[in-house]
Amino acid sequence: MNEGRKEIFQLLIIVTGIVFAIKLFFIQVLDNRYAQMADSNAIIRQTEYPVRGLITDRNGKLIVYNTPEYKLEVLLKDVTDFDSAKFCRVFGMSREELRATFKAMKARKEFSPYKPTLFLDQLSNVDFARVQDYLDEFPGFYVLARTTRAYTTPALANALGYVSEISKSQLEANKTGIYKQGDYIGQSGIEAFYEEKLRGTRGVRFKLRNVKGIIQGSVENGAYDTLSVPGEDLVTGIDLDLQLYGEFLMKGKAGSIVAIEPATGEILALVSGPSYDPNLLTGRKYSSNFKLISSDSLKPLFNRPLMAQYRPGSIFKIAQAMTALQEGVITPETRIRCDRTIINCHGAHSNEDLRGAIANSCNPYFHQVLRRMLNQGKVNDPYEDTRIGLAEWNKHITSFGFGSPLGIDLPNEKSGLIPSPAYYDVAYRNRPWKFSNIYSIAIGEGENLVVPIQMANFAATVANKGFYYTPHIVKAIGNARLPLPKYRERHYTSIDSSYFRIAADAMQAVVESGTGQYRARLKDVIVCGKTGTVENNPPLFDHSVFIAFAPRVNPRIAVSVYVEDAGQGARAAASIASLMIEKYLFGGTKRPHIEQYVLAGHFEDPKPQ
Amino acid sequence: MRQENISGNLDWLTIGLYGLMVILGWLNIYAVGYDESVGQSIFTLSLNSGRQLLFIGASLVIILGIIIIDVRFYDAVAYIVYGLLMVILLVMPFFGKEVGGNRAWIGIGSFGVQPSEFAKFATALAVAKYMGSVGFRMDNMRNQAILFALIGLPMALILLQKDTGTALVFSSFLIVFFREGMSPFLIIVGVCAAALFILTLLVPNQWYLHGAIAIVVTILIVMGRKKFRRIALLVVGGLLIMGVIESVDYVITDVLKPHQQNRIKALINPDADPLGYGWNVTQSKIAIGSGGFAGKGFLQGTQTKFDFVPEQSTDFIFCTIGEEEGWLGSVIVIGLFVALLLRILYLGERQKNRFARSYAYSVAAIFFFHFAVNIGMTVGLFPVIGIPLPFFSYGGSSLWAFTALLFILLKIDAHRGQMLQRI
Repeated sequence: MNEGRKEIFQLLIIVTGIVFAIKLFFIQVLDNRYAQMADSNAIIRQTEYPVRGLITDRNGKLIVYNTPEYKLEVLLKDVTDFDSAKFCRVFGMSREELRATFKAMKARKEFSPYKPTLFLDQLSNVDFARVQDYLDEFPGFYVLARTTRAYTTPALANALGYVSEISKSQLEANKTGIYKQGDYIGQSGIEAFYEEKLRGTRGVRFKLRNVKGIIQGSVENGAYDTLSVPGEDLVTGIDLDLQLYGEFLMKGKAGSIVAIEPATGEILALVSGPSYDPNLLTGRKYSSNFKLISSDSLKPLFNRPLMAQYRPGSIFKIAQAMTALQEGVITPETRIRCDRTIINCHGAHSNEDLRGAIANSCNPYFHQVLRRMLNQGKVNDPYEDTRIGLAEWNKHITSFGFGSPLGIDLPNEKSGLIPSPAYYDVAYRNRPWKFSNIYSIAIGEGENLVVPIQMANFAATVANKGFYYTPHIVKAIGNARLPLPKYRERHYTSIDSSYFRIAADAMQAVVESGTGQYRARLKDVIVCGKTGTVENNPPLFDHSVFIAFAPRVNPRIAVSVYVEDAGQGARAAASIASLMIEKYLFGGTKRPHIEQYVLAGHFEDPKPQ
Repeated sequence: MRQENISGNLDWLTIGLYGLMVILGWLNIYAVGYDESVGQSIFTLSLNSGRQLLFIGASLVIILGIIIIDVRFYDAVAYIVYGLLMVILLVMPFFGKEVGGNRAWIGIGSFGVQPSEFAKFATALAVAKYMGSVGFRMDNMRNQAILFALIGLPMALILLQKDTGTALVFSSFLIVFFREGMSPFLIIVGVCAAALFILTLLVPNQWYLHGAIAIVVTILIVMGRKKFRRIALLVVGGLLIMGVIESVDYVITDVLKPHQQNRIKALINPDADPLGYGWNVTQSKIAIGSGGFAGKGFLQGTQTKFDFVPEQSTDFIFCTIGEEEGWLGSVIVIGLFVALLLRILYLGERQKNRFARSYAYSVAAIFFFHFAVNIGMTVGLFPVIGIPLPFFSYGGSSLWAFTALLFILLKIDAHRGQMLQRI
């Protein structure tokens, strides 16, 4: 039954061969349309660059937009002899530069005379108008339009990041094939984190050219063209007025301000001082300015709110208090004598309860609290007991988001440090350690390291009575009008909600009758806050820290302020934090003397040497 | 074991065709990357041609290995090789190196190999082994089901890697089954379904088709004998076809990925293609068409360099042949393929057992599928399906897999006198 079947397959092979030969005869020999199309090379392919997504603030105010710029491409095989003197005049370059540009172009790996290659980058808008009239005298050269970034204000530079041409190493590392040499890519900040949303999709246009290389129009009325798809717009949670005010206050200071809306985790302001004007890093000016900015000794590119890891100081006492309450080693009524023999203190107080200890920032109190927490007597060995206590302590403290990156939507977020038993094993090289070795973590000194955004997030967590949304800068992406899914999840701490009420009470006392009463109290709203003064090496002043949220009921803003080398927390940081709250809640300050005090910047008398 | 003069028994005609095609392929790969102003040599390792020469060198090692190994080995390890390849394919989506969105590669340094290429000859061995086993009958439903499972498994696993082109290659085994006695009914149904598929795409509104089918069914009922069984069969058949049409619409819009939809749509109407696949076919045709009768000459092509035609040195290598060597050169290459395929069939028919013969047919079927689909797509007769042209396309994995496929056959053929008739 299978006889004859082998012939069927043989026949199929032969017929296929013949069909191909005939089809080829048609397109290669009979139809000379294709040959003409190829000979004249009548069609060229032009990339249409997508417009990058816009970035606005929470009230719809534009922060980042695009401005047109033009670049010159060359298809070398079409270039005929041209008047190079005139070319140099039109494009404003010297003969040597022209020669060097040609040479550099040909040296590029992917260069080919058969495809359009980048010749001159970033002709400005003005240049373009001038150049256009002369273009038909230089066959083989084409002008392509694309856009660069522009910024409405000099604010928010570090959070926005910048956009520049993709580097060689990035191009090689990126396997998606989306990028080509000369493409723009977000290099830091929002521009880098949301690159995929912002970049859009490239389009292609096919253009007909005549023999002289002049473009005649689109091919088949654009039937083959793909339009570029613009990138998605981003709405940030930033309040641009508040941001600008924060940068105004931080002028001449090093440090950071972070403001968060507790109910959503949206970042209202993210100030890093010193900063730079983002308009310096756009378009043609990018490379020369980048060198200047990145080599600046004040490190304006260092994004302090996310990258600076500071000892938190006394603001940490709030977290200590709640951890101790949760562990049951103290109650709000617990009184501890202010014994200044082991650890120093300040101000006149002697035997406070928890609220009084926080309001006066009593160091011996919290030294004693940590001792009770770490040495709960679960085992007899004091070393082992400290280990168990520290592990428990670490679990509670890290549940506030300390000790690891929060996962904000900006690159390069640092983790800070909350010491664990394993950490001290390494630090003490496996020699035994116990409470008396490590007690300075009690008051936020010692090994603790916290990033400013974590401080603000902590304030927001207290404001929320026990949970936080991961702080994020973008509140709505494109048409979805939603942030990324991970920013819509609540994170609960390991502390009972009732203890947060006690913490908030104490923070209210700080501002009304404690260390913060002179500069953080506001007439029209209840502010809850905590000062911190972080030791610094003389002759430098201490670092000034303040966290706060307001109003007490239904809090709308949580703030952390960290001012390096500015002395007591009750001065620089408390002033700035309260001004930020005032600005956000009421649109401006009624306390010009405090604003003056901050702007003047003389927070401490020089220390006696 | 009886010592034999192996080189004397090898089919040198096939080897000659193989060598000629591999060398022509290599020269063409050089032509694609050739740039007059740079003038790099064909041996430059930064060029595809330089690397292809390394791949060819490795192929010689593979050939040597295949010829040295005892011929009974291939029969013995067929299932093991098959099983191993299936396991590798199964884990590819998790461990494979991601290239262009697909995890089809195993990375070894800067080179990578594609297990899906090697799955072809593993499947060929397994299918041949099964068909050659004692008591195998093509008309036995159970045997048929196992055969389909043998080719269905690699197809499914490769589809998981989103490599539709390579998965489709396995349908070529139907030719082998047909040769060994499978009822042509399945093939006819398959071809009809494909025709219906295309027809559905061509007709803008499927209600026209439904109407036409209803009319045909009515006419058949009226014209023929009025027996209940016959009428019922016609009605059910008609409804089935309508169902197929509806499902085609569903498949096109909901199952196929956008790029696959576009490739099919581009074939039917290149002008209506929004995403530029029609452009690929048109550019490919311009390149081939501009070659004319005698071609522009070796290294003189302009269209097939760089951006004009995509995937120039792999899937669209035939464009370079068409442009630089013209109709004459193209027909010679096609002639080489036809000659090789017919020779493989000849070798197959002179085998004395079903294992060897089925294997030969599997080899021919796989080569034929690649040849027909690849050239078909570059001249605009088939949709753009990314599969290589054997021996011509750039790439180590495909060259090695095709080489192994062919030389195992030659090894078996050289020992055909020794291999016992099994049935």
